[in-house]
Amino acid sequence: MSAVAEQAPGARRSTRRADPAAGPWRGPTRPYDLVKEFVAALAVVALLTAALAALFSSPDERSITLQGWAKQSPNDFVLTATGELAGTTTSAGYGPPYTDGGEPQSIGPLHLAQWAGVRIPVDAAQDFVIGPLTATTHDAAVTEALATWTGATADQRTAWASAYADALGEAPDGDPAKVGTGDYGPVPALTGGLLTLATTGGLDAQLVSAPTPASSGFYQTDYTRPILFLADSGHLDEIAGQQHLHGDQWGMMNETGNYPGQAWLWLYSFWYQVPPFTTSWEPNADALIWGLMMILSLVLLLVPFIPGLRSIPVRIPVHRLIWRDYHRAHGRGGGR
Amino acid sequence: MSAASDSATGSSWTARLRARTLEAVPAEQALPDRQPAYVSSWIYVFGVATLAALLVVIGTGLVLSMGGPGWWHVSSLGHFVNSLHLWSVEIFFIAMVVHLWGKFWMAAWRGHRALTWMTGVVSFLASIGAAFTGYLVQTNFDSQWIASEAKDGINATGVGAFWNVLDVGQMMLWHVTLLPIGVGLVAVLHVVLVRVRGVVPPIGIATDGSVIES
Amino acid sequence: MTLLQLPPAAGVIDLNGDGAYLSWGVVQISWANVVVILVMVVVFVLALVLPFPGHARKVVPQRVPQDALPDAAPDGSPR
Repeated sequence: MSAVAEQAPGARRSTRRADPAAGPWRGPTRPYDLVKEFVAALAVVALLTAALAALFSSPDERSITLQGWAKQSPNDFVLTATGELAGTTTSAGYGPPYTDGGEPQSIGPLHLAQWAGVRIPVDAAQDFVIGPLTATTHDAAVTEALATWTGATADQRTAWASAYADALGEAPDGDPAKVGTGDYGPVPALTGGLLTLATTGGLDAQLVSAPTPASSGFYQTDYTRPILFLADSGHLDEIAGQQHLHGDQWGMMNETGNYPGQAWLWLYSFWYQVPPFTTSWEPNADALIWGLMMILSLVLLLVPFIPGLRSIPVRIPVHRLIWRDYHRAHGRGGGR
Repeated sequence: MSAASDSATGSSWTARLRARTLEAVPAEQALPDRQPAYVSSWIYVFGVATLAALLVVIGTGLVLSMGGPGWWHVSSLGHFVNSLHLWSVEIFFIAMVVHLWGKFWMAAWRGHRALTWMTGVVSFLASIGAAFTGYLVQTNFDSQWIASEAKDGINATGVGAFWNVLDVGQMMLWHVTLLPIGVGLVAVLHVVLVRVRGVVPPIGIATDGSVIES
Repeated sequence: MTLLQLPPAAGVIDLNGDGAYLSWGVVQISWANVVVILVMVVVFVLALVLPFPGHARKVVPQRVPQDALPDAAPDGSPR
């Protein structure tokens, strides 16, 4: 029965301490080689790593290109380009950090995305379609279509593009060549011109290396534009689905092929599969799940201070297995 | 300089730092060659296994850095080093999780060791961030997909306005410098805390070896 | 140098190609991840139950003098 007392400075040697598990161990010890143990662990891990690497290698699915997309799924390409002009794609109406408006997510009263603001401005129609076409050389039809587009009002542009998008939806296979007659303005020529540019490989370079007010675009490591454009497509989505990488396939945990992925993301993935995150909370699912995971991470961090949680290891005595040698040698004792 | 007994309260910052460091972690405690008798279970090897795996991750990462981001696509040696990097990461996480489970069931935060637990959790979370940026800089289809998906989650928190997962350059530098330094620093702090506080005694046993009356 | 003659990128066991998945209710998990998780659980259980070498070795109870540093062998004690 040790008296509970303030531990005075330098009182390490005092037998009075508030926490009996604190302080240096003064009971039985045994010899031990710390450095040898570390070297052994390093050797074992290195050998195991080398064996796994030699046995299984690592995946490397080639990146897809806008050129590949245009060649493999031209109808999808034209439909997506039309959507960019109509302002109906995900990128066009994303909201912060790319555009104004949209439907930015929130956690209750916390409008974090909105407060951060539009710091990576993207104008879908201009950046993905009009800009690349303007910067490159084309036949007269495309040049004229660009002039028509530039000279039209915003409402007129939207009307043309929306009408063409609807018509593509009704055409067999979404084939632009089979679209019915209608007032689409310069949109068919523009999207057709973009398809040609993409098929020849010119669009990949244009989207990555487009000059900005700050830079000529020669050196560039920012893939925001090509990936946003690709993300609007059905093409990227289709390939990802085949590899079981969609969110509703627990894709966040998966790797391509049969490689192990990120098993540690199991709980983060889980919330995306269940209500209310799949139902009433779906519009804010990303923000809410992030908030929830932050709270759970905080709980894990603060386990030592949470009554009930911190006593689980005492109440479910797995520790008796861990320390059975010591208890056998020195008596089990009455303490739990 | 003069003897240590003078320097603890003297004007030399160096001497005072030395005195405080040696008081907190005496040499025999920093690199002990004896350990408490209760450290007698295979569960105890997973801390050092995690550290060893981290070293292999960093080492293979350094070799990948020598060849640059695209090296592993064009060289079979580079691809092998990439494989070493991937599998050492898997081993790292497996060892770390088993270590975490072990420490939970030992209630290893007892005896003023809460900070040891907390630095462990922080290094776990930071490692997940480091692994995430690693996936982003593979410069292959996986990177394209992961970036296009992850942006929605990160943008929803507002962080995406400053930390652009579609910017390979930014993610590369975070992966290769900032995050390894962060993980490394927290891991070092974690290990130093274990040496300072000592390995937690068994539940129900006090540090003098006596049984704690419940 | 043998390092240049490494196995092809696929490795001895080719894990590329169509992945295999386990579906159970709302859970869909790749078999590769199932293996990783099972390995963790098995390793954890084995770590708890496997005997640790040296446990049969006689441990000499050390009565640590009050003025000795913690975890240090007392002067002159046999190792």
